[in-house]
Amino acid sequence: MDEFEEIKATFFQECDELLADLESGLLIMESGSRDAETVNAVFRAVHSVKGGAGAFGLEPLVRYAHVFETLMDEIRAGRINADTELVRVLLRAADVLADHVSAARTGGEADHEASAAMVAELEACTHGAGAPAAAQDAAPEAFKPTPAATDDMDFGFKPAAVSILEFDAPPAAQAASWTVTFTPTPALYAKANEPALLLRELARLGAVESELDDHQIPPLDALDPEGAYLTWTVRLTTDADEGAIRDVFEFVDGDCELAVERETPEAEASDGPDIAALLAAAKADPVEAPAPSAPAEDGLDIAALLAAARQAVEAAPPQAPEPARAPTAQAADPVAVKSTSAPARQPAAEPAHVQATIRVDPERIDRLIDLVGELVINQAMLAQRVAAHGFAPSSDISMGLDELEQLTRAIQDGVMAIRAQPVKSVFQRMPRLVREVASQTRKQARLIMEGEGTEVDKTVIERLTDPITHMLRNAIDHGLESPDDRIAAGKPAEGVVRLAALHRGGRIVIEVQDDGAGINRPRVRQIAIDKGLIAPEAQLSDEETDNLIFLPGFSTAGAVSDISGRGVGMDVVRRSVQGLGGRISISSRPGEGSTFTLSLPLTLAVLDGMVVDVAGQTLVVPLTAIVESLRPKPGEVRPLGPQGAVLAVRDTFVRLIDIGCALGFRETSIRPEEGVVLLIESEDGGRFALVADAIQGQRQVVIKSLEANYRQVDGIAAATILGDGRVALIVDVDALVAVRREPARPAEFVSIAAE
Amino acid sequence: MNILTVDDSRTMREMLRMALVKAGFNVVAAVDGEHGLEMLSECGADVIITDINMPNLDGFGFIERVREDGAFRATPILVLTTESDPAKKDRARRAGATGWIVKPFNPDRLVEAIRRVAA
Repeated sequence: MDEFEEIKATFFQECDELLADLESGLLIMESGSRDAETVNAVFRAVHSVKGGAGAFGLEPLVRYAHVFETLMDEIRAGRINADTELVRVLLRAADVLADHVSAARTGGEADHEASAAMVAELEACTHGAGAPAAAQDAAPEAFKPTPAATDDMDFGFKPAAVSILEFDAPPAAQAASWTVTFTPTPALYAKANEPALLLRELARLGAVESELDDHQIPPLDALDPEGAYLTWTVRLTTDADEGAIRDVFEFVDGDCELAVERETPEAEASDGPDIAALLAAAKADPVEAPAPSAPAEDGLDIAALLAAARQAVEAAPPQAPEPARAPTAQAADPVAVKSTSAPARQPAAEPAHVQATIRVDPERIDRLIDLVGELVINQAMLAQRVAAHGFAPSSDISMGLDELEQLTRAIQDGVMAIRAQPVKSVFQRMPRLVREVASQTRKQARLIMEGEGTEVDKTVIERLTDPITHMLRNAIDHGLESPDDRIAAGKPAEGVVRLAALHRGGRIVIEVQDDGAGINRPRVRQIAIDKGLIAPEAQLSDEETDNLIFLPGFSTAGAVSDISGRGVGMDVVRRSVQGLGGRISISSRPGEGSTFTLSLPLTLAVLDGMVVDVAGQTLVVPLTAIVESLRPKPGEVRPLGPQGAVLAVRDTFVRLIDIGCALGFRETSIRPEEGVVLLIESEDGGRFALVADAIQGQRQVVIKSLEANYRQVDGIAAATILGDGRVALIVDVDALVAVRREPARPAEFVSIAAE
Repeated sequence: MNILTVDDSRTMREMLRMALVKAGFNVVAAVDGEHGLEMLSECGADVIITDINMPNLDGFGFIERVREDGAFRATPILVLTTESDPAKKDRARRAGATGWIVKPFNPDRLVEAIRRVAA
């Protein structure tokens, strides 16, 4: 990727941030705040998008952003009052701006009609207020920074006829002589402009002969050190036109007297000494000249000028304490003003903290993470071999290995932190979604977001969008009531949907909460019965009823709306979440709303696991699922049915599942009293107990995808490589329960669910 | 030659850096006026290029503060902005701006503008 393309990528990244800022600023405005800094920030966001887009020639984006910016500028200036109505328009305008940005990113085109309609709306807002005529006139003018800008991207300066070639080329036939008379005022120096440089620029246009008139210099005691007393008369022979000559003085327009006159060819200019000679002669004693930084082709001896300037500064009155920095102009030559930059300033010591971020190809990080995974495995192997040789834990080699393990862990954490990103990138797309869904369903919804800075591995972030999108849609479509119903229920017409991210127990938790009606349990139950998902006589707790919505084939929408009814039910959401090693659960209170809670591992690269032996196999059970491990006492295990058994744990019974049986390693379960029991909490909050033969220990393992290397296996989440080099399977505990249920009919599911 | 760029847009900072480094300048970048003043006192600059619309301290305020500082009152300041209306340009000049560059710029024009104000 060349540098320009990289910057373009940066631009689009920045656009995402700017659009997020824009939106959050507008949302603050929507809540009634007219804080000047907020309005300014909104303006700046649009302004910066436009500025960057201009640099990359993204014309449609520039044009649209310009209209938006013009209106924001009016609001910023207080000429237009941004009432709630207008802020809503601005929010929609921000959405269209986002469309333009993504169209520009993909090289496509934004929806022309939507954009044109929005432009018309924005212009109506802009011109409807204050001074319509003025605004209308100002708009196109402001858009085109200079006349030269109209037809190309280079609208920085009017094209001055200056190029290196011209210096080498023989003077063109139409070369003419000009007399340029130039008298700076003190204001010119105050703005750090510099006559010597202007003369140098003139010299780039052609041959020059300069004359310095110093008659205005008063006696020393009457001299204002910051005054301006000099006049230059420059005879210039060039084929450039008057415009090009005047352009040289563009920056000092108004800060000097300037006359540009075309001469008749026979006029001769040899009567005055040239400035360099003049200055050289004026020098009382020679001073060391600073290194000339001026190009060699300069017509003027800048080095000499600067030398003179330095001398002037050194001889300067007491007001100039420090030659290197003192900007005080001296009588002899106003060039002294410029001398500040000429004396040796320390070479640029680039401060370390200027570059706050570096860009790295994600593939390199992925590779690094893979390597660290190998390192973890290798370290485990080493530890195992050392242990096999019978070294005592207090031996040097064992202690060294412990340190290695800690270092490995630190490296792993560090590498994972590189790939960690705040969930903001996902969250920032959501306000728009909420607006759109709300308007489609004719509901009023306000989104509150919390914990946008919560960090999680990039690979997880990428897969958060779909579940969050679906949960939010669901919350508005099914959760929130219509404004009328809400008012009837004594609630504000506007519903509130809260989206929050937080870290809890080594996992990231995403909560989507609405203040709607809550799950209509009798209706959910009836639908489940109608669809044959549960038996009519099934006894379900409230939570179990709520969780029915996650069953495949369940949809509560009476009429399939185009919002939630896209054929993607909550069961699909749950499955994709589980695919990430996550869980999703719901809690609901009638009349008060529902909360969906999604919890995911912070990374898909490693996991902390319990290594167990089952029927001669080594398996890994994710530690996050395990509540506790125990060895049952005789009497705590009670048979249930022909094959099943339950375990009495603290006044309650949980179902026992033999891992070996569930995965098909053996036909009959071992006696739980002879093995170990892992008490598991499933993602819906239900508990059950897994029976294994023995526990080897807790270990951090590197996750290797089974699907990528072999194929998906029911009940198995992934694989890992253990310290002895063997492959071990990582158990998917929730799927294990499902595998166990497989032969069961729906009625049996109910009996299980009802346990 | 050391150049301090002051712009709140990362894209613009990168554009400036690319163009200026290619032209052989040393570049120090600041993200707003306040940061610009810090960078200036820390690293100095032979030429300053600043945006106008920025949070914390905008371009006008930044220029005024630089001009108040005895050490940098004679340092050339180029205003870099999409603003083209004469009022803004005038205000920047009254604050003490040496010259201006209208965005979007191309690298040649940028370097030319620097040459016009700096030795």
